[in-house]
Amino acid sequence: MPTTRKLYGTRLRALSILTAVVLTGGFALAAFYAPIEADQGFSQKIFYLHVPLAIVSLCGFIFGGICAIQYLRTNDPRHDLRAYTAIHQSLIFCAAALVTGSIWAKAAWGQWWVWDEPTLVSFLIVFLLYATYQPLRFSIEDPEKQSRYAAVFAIVAGAFVPLNFLAVRLANPLIHPRVLNSSGGSLPVDMKAAFYACLIGMALLFVTLWKYEMTAKHNRAQLRSLKRKLGGPDAAAIRGRSAAPRVSAS
Amino acid sequence: MSAPSPPSTLGAARAVLAKELRLERRAPQTLVAMALFSAMTYVVFHFALRRDTVEGDLASGVLWVTLTLAALLGIGRLFVADRDEGGLEGFLLAPVDRTALLFAKAGALLAFLAALELVAVPLFAVLLLGPSPGAGTWLRLVAVLLLADLGIAVVGTLVAAIAVQTRARDLITSILALPLLLPVVIAAARASAPLLALHGDHALTGRWPAVLGLYDLVFGLLAYALFDFLVED
Repeated sequence: MPTTRKLYGTRLRALSILTAVVLTGGFALAAFYAPIEADQGFSQKIFYLHVPLAIVSLCGFIFGGICAIQYLRTNDPRHDLRAYTAIHQSLIFCAAALVTGSIWAKAAWGQWWVWDEPTLVSFLIVFLLYATYQPLRFSIEDPEKQSRYAAVFAIVAGAFVPLNFLAVRLANPLIHPRVLNSSGGSLPVDMKAAFYACLIGMALLFVTLWKYEMTAKHNRAQLRSLKRKLGGPDAAAIRGRSAAPRVSAS
Repeated sequence: MSAPSPPSTLGAARAVLAKELRLERRAPQTLVAMALFSAMTYVVFHFALRRDTVEGDLASGVLWVTLTLAALLGIGRLFVADRDEGGLEGFLLAPVDRTALLFAKAGALLAFLAALELVAVPLFAVLLLGPSPGAGTWLRLVAVLLLADLGIAVVGTLVAAIAVQTRARDLITSILALPLLLPVVIAAARASAPLLALHGDHALTGRWPAVLGLYDLVFGLLAYALFDFLVED
């Protein structure tokens, strides 16, 4: 069968190699080049993992919200798939940010969880909110309706994120200095370089994983439609239920 | 002969809102449940906290946990009758703007919440509240309640419209509404804590009503923009 349709797996190898190089380089910079922080010592190094994870996952949620707006405007299921994959993956990054944040809190303040660290608390709330995305999709049978309602949810949740950060931030006095404040950051240059390398690496990791997931979903849909063509509608029955949007192979 | 012109959005909203209120007046169901629930929650708090009276932060927390959970009951019931009895289809067949349904439902939820608080807040003052605030403090508390109710009504209507189409309606309502309402709870609880304190000037910090107002505005606009997508077909 000629592949006239758009291929999803293009340039995946180059992207993967680039991601591996930048991420390894960033972590190497963080480990060996960036100076040891005076107050917290070596445990502060988790900052180079935790903050990029957090920033990338928030950006992923926003990207999901934008895809959801696109879906509502165009009714094109591909946008829904993009939003679904982005939000699903951001949720995993968000969980990782929570775990690393918790470890950092243990190292810095001696407790696994501190309620007066507003960013961490906001993250927990955002995580809990987005964790309902899957159950919501799961409990709506009709695929078209599922996509539409999930899109509305993604947009509402996207608007919720900044409001939530504002409310939680106001509710707590700040106990540690902001890493990136509005005046462009208070980090020394060598720390900043390592941090941005890690941030770019993490963003690349997100994009790479996202593309892999999209490719896998499209390949699976193509495979299923080919199986159907060969063996009739029963040949490629969907095993189990998934909340993922169904992609038509065409 | 020209066809009669369709009613305006506000006219349609008023008609649906009147229907909601008439329904609740003739066969009280949601409101009674919400009021009973809040009374029982106070009793639960009394035993769980082992406190006869509460004040300040604790009072504010008890009040807002109770009101938020009672609001969840109202949110869960908001579209159920319409879906079961075919009211939604009837509304969709009518030549009116769909936003009218948002206005009517949010208005109905707001009315329910206000009616609930008319019962639940005095009951709280009698059963659990330690200090007895003066008239000025009550007025400030009413302002906070109104601002919070507005946000709960808007977000509650959105959540209810989403949840009513799902198979696990009750589950989705709770897990969706609670995190979304969290900024309201934070701001309202912080704003009312000094009002319910035993000592102090019972002042209202300006930033919390501002957060509530911002929340109401943002989610009001969002609901206005997105509601049409929730009532198709």
